[in-house]
Amino acid sequence: MEKDAKELESGFESKLSKNEYIEPKDWMPDNYRKHLIRQISQHAHSEIVGMLPEGNWITRAPSLRAKMVLMAKVQDEGGHGLYLYTAAETMGISRDELLDQLHTGKAKYSSIFNYPTLTWADIGAIGWLVDGAAIMNQVMLQRTSYGPYARAMVRICKEESFHQRQGYEIMCKMAAGTKEQKEMAQDALNRWWWPSLMMFGPPDDKSPNSANAIKWKIKRESNDQLRQRFVNQTVPQAEYLNLTVPDPKLKWDEKKESYDFGTPDWNEFNNVIHGNGPCNKERLAARLNAHLKGAWVREAAMAAALKNKSKAA
Amino acid sequence: MDTQGSLWEVFVQKKTGQPFVHCGSLHAFDKEMALQNARDLYARRGEGNALWVVLASEIVASTPEDIGAFFDPSNDKVYRHPTFYEVPDGIKHI
Repeated sequence: MEKDAKELESGFESKLSKNEYIEPKDWMPDNYRKHLIRQISQHAHSEIVGMLPEGNWITRAPSLRAKMVLMAKVQDEGGHGLYLYTAAETMGISRDELLDQLHTGKAKYSSIFNYPTLTWADIGAIGWLVDGAAIMNQVMLQRTSYGPYARAMVRICKEESFHQRQGYEIMCKMAAGTKEQKEMAQDALNRWWWPSLMMFGPPDDKSPNSANAIKWKIKRESNDQLRQRFVNQTVPQAEYLNLTVPDPKLKWDEKKESYDFGTPDWNEFNNVIHGNGPCNKERLAARLNAHLKGAWVREAAMAAALKNKSKAA
Repeated sequence: MDTQGSLWEVFVQKKTGQPFVHCGSLHAFDKEMALQNARDLYARRGEGNALWVVLASEIVASTPEDIGAFFDPSNDKVYRHPTFYEVPDGIKHI
């Protein structure tokens, strides 16, 4: 017997209200599915494109140890992308479609990866700030309402803490190094601070997707809440490094037990999202190039699989 | 057809003697590649010492609508549980 739409919808909502997870075969509203495909694929694309700014420094890492660490980290990011792609695929979209959306610019990725990595200190700042901000978001997403997404997040969070620590370790070394190294560390913090705060998305009152995300328990905390927590946790880490957070409005509020801080430049944010950041074109071109250059590998693997299959039959 | 290979499900056993637990999915073109990809993707940090990879299309799964009827008998047959039976006081090891 077919259940009617109302019954299905109330079943879905009752699961959410009991904090139960939604699984791939469960009925779900179309908009929930659309929202998640957009969010998970955007997240996956961010992991994959995020390999590029860091990959830029693998050949120039200052020591063998640093090179091994960076390669392991970049490999992890690739892995995170793959976990997330398969999570998105459980919602009925194919890997080819997902990649196509990235390559044609239809799907977005985190705008932070459209900034360049100019010095080795940038690799430190990315691990410390960018991965730090990502962890803040991802820890929350471990309890997101869609089962496959939540499970991917649990794995990713376990791996991310290595990323943030290795970044902070680089910052510690640079900040305690020669005058030039310290200047590089400060310069990296200056350039990555505001884009990191933007990673949490627009302010709550200007975030078009937030209301549904909270209603459906995809997100459990708002952009502004997460941003505040990030500032509170990160400022003392910058103080330890004797570096200055580039925000003249930054001030500890004793009563709130929290920092007041300035407003990110949302015009810049929108500008970068709409394709006009310093590296948007370069990132997409590098991604597309890798995809096209890998085509023969996929074709050969498919041909070999078919050949072996017909031999076995 | 998808150019990314078939979808496989990956199960990992943490230690010998423990059950294999589903840990995620991946794409691969054949069995060997599936196993290698599973090693690279799901066992980089000592997560296990044995892996199963299974073509996702070969898995037979129950559906959410089954929650009622399909699993119902287990709820009304309390005699399947040890607590259903009375054991006299003083009897041990049972």
